Amino acid sequence: MSELVAVPVLLPLGAAGLSMAFGRFADVQRWLGLLVLGVIVVDAAVLLYFADVHGPLVLHLGGWAAPVGIALVADRLAALLLLISVIVMFAVLLYSIGQRITDYGRGTASTTFHPIYLVLCSGVSLAYLTGDLFNLFVAFEIMLASSYVLITRRTTANRVRAGMTYTIVSLSSSVLFLTMIGLVYAATGTVNLADLALEMGELPPAPVRALALLMVIVFGVKSAMVPLHFWLPDSYPNAPAPITAIFAALLTKVGIYAMIRTQILVFEREPSWPLMLTLAMATMIVGALGALAQNDLNRMLSFLLVSHIGFMLFGLGVYDIAGLTGVILYIVHHITVQATLFLVSGLITRYTGTVALSRMGGLAKISPLVAVLFAVPALSLAGVPPFSGFVAKLALLRAGVGVGTVWAQVATAVVVLTSLLTLYAVARVWSRAFWGQVREPEGDPDPSDELVVGTGDTSRGMVHATGVLVLSTVLVAVLAGPLAEVSQRAATDLITGEAYRAAVLGGGSGG
Amino acid sequence: MTGAEPPEGWPNTGERTWFRSDAPAERWLLSGYSRDSRERTILLELIARVVFPTVLVFSLYLLFAGHYRSGGGFSGGLVAGQAFVLRYLAGGRLDDSSTVSMRPPVLIGTGLTIAVITGLVPVPFGGVVLESASFTFAVPVLGEIKIVSSLFLDVGVYLLIIGVVLDLLRTLGSGIEADIAEREGGRR
Repeated sequence: MSELVAVPVLLPLGAAGLSMAFGRFADVQRWLGLLVLGVIVVDAAVLLYFADVHGPLVLHLGGWAAPVGIALVADRLAALLLLISVIVMFAVLLYSIGQRITDYGRGTASTTFHPIYLVLCSGVSLAYLTGDLFNLFVAFEIMLASSYVLITRRTTANRVRAGMTYTIVSLSSSVLFLTMIGLVYAATGTVNLADLALEMGELPPAPVRALALLMVIVFGVKSAMVPLHFWLPDSYPNAPAPITAIFAALLTKVGIYAMIRTQILVFEREPSWPLMLTLAMATMIVGALGALAQNDLNRMLSFLLVSHIGFMLFGLGVYDIAGLTGVILYIVHHITVQATLFLVSGLITRYTGTVALSRMGGLAKISPLVAVLFAVPALSLAGVPPFSGFVAKLALLRAGVGVGTVWAQVATAVVVLTSLLTLYAVARVWSRAFWGQVREPEGDPDPSDELVVGTGDTSRGMVHATGVLVLSTVLVAVLAGPLAEVSQRAATDLITGEAYRAAVLGGGSGG
Repeated sequence: MTGAEPPEGWPNTGERTWFRSDAPAERWLLSGYSRDSRERTILLELIARVVFPTVLVFSLYLLFAGHYRSGGGFSGGLVAGQAFVLRYLAGGRLDDSSTVSMRPPVLIGTGLTIAVITGLVPVPFGGVVLESASFTFAVPVLGEIKIVSSLFLDVGVYLLIIGVVLDLLRTLGSGIEADIAEREGGRR
């Protein structure tokens, strides 16, 4: 049974090898990718069920027991986020296959895309499942290495510039990450997360606080927390739509997950954490105001992404069960919604030929379907009932009010304000792009950069994939009851941490 | 002897490209393709001819020595890669030559697949993922040989690294050379 924990990590890695070896057979690559991601969706669902009913599932790699060996742990939180992430990865793969076939025909293959996408999937799964700080670093490196390739494919000057910013920031934060691991190991003598929690208790408070802060900074860069967010709106919008979608949906969220996992599991703290609440407020406000100032649709969505990272930091700052329940719900909601919005943005540019809002118009008349596909996730992002964003935001707001400190109250007010600003930002897109006069699509300024724009044709694959994601955001709202219950149980697990520690450190060879 | 004809694979771009050369016409390298006679370094070519098989054997030694002594798939692969780098420096591009007939991505993919499968093999035998087992054989001449199953993981890594080095030579080596040749051709 515990072997199932290794499937989401090893299966895509092995499949990436096969996919690379069959680089000349486009259809083999496509079906292999979809099949592997489909299997992982099922596997993640089984893991979630098992973790919810029987407690965390642990696999000690190579039979070496923790804290010496590396453990893969699927608890409720990891399995839930893994499930949502892989569903999104599946839909985005479907979209990019559709796009590729529409633009270049069925026969052409791109040697690198499919293998690298599978490697990215492996990295994301490993980041969720690992129970070991150093292995978390490895997972981030796998993710980042493949994202460097994806963001700079089909090089144009603009994309190299954006890729440089992204690569340099990511590499610097990786160096900082490695330094942090070195310091943690020097101070405690272990990198196993469950063991780390016990060892941290033995240390004097000053170094513990320093290590906690260092972890906030490291994962703050990865998750685009203000003031460490500057790289994101510069780099993400320059990649093709499906790649931006997958980056925006997963990479920053994995950063948030790592932040939550390390802070809550390793460090002891009272509810209402002033530092995190302050950072959360700054992130929300800066992101939302940045979004209002943009004319480029993708840049605007990127700033909204930063702003909504703040919501998740807010839940972490509240630091009690209610707050964490809110964060988990919010991550689930945001992964699906953000991916959907970037995919829809890809569809929009195919009808307009431009990402500039000021040059769009009348899309609701040209393609009512795209209008619907945009409206649902956009309203959901702004938190309008009855969509998933409302459920998640309500949980966060209740947690913020419930904890009862002044900082938390102020931050709660900022959450409400940011929601309104988000609503204003998406309403602005709606009135500019979907209403008004119908405009002719603009021509493709650079045909070589794989951003085919303004052709007006979308394949069924692209629309269906976007539709699947829109449907899953609606499903998140429909299943809000059970999801909230699972989230609450996951949050309780996180705060107490005992089930996790017992599962990792207790048994010899897992089970 | 004269160099009046361009080496195969290179376009005959004009009279100034080819001039008399004192370089001998014999080739010492394994494959059919060799550098433009202006760029030939006979000494390097000879040394490459001698050293190439030796380095490959040494890389195999590193691969097998890896488990208990220094070495392993990664360093073995890098050393083998260096043999191909030397071959490239002496003799020019490797693709569509007889030295390596496999495309680098296929090599990388095969290596990665072998490595991952090695990790999964213990599962049907009731072991844990990535667990390793060791087997001891008595071989007539060599005596007792101990093989650890993680050797196959190393073999996968070895192939992967060679594939990466060959891919680098293809894209950053001969790819850039081809670009330069194209640009110079365009200027004339």
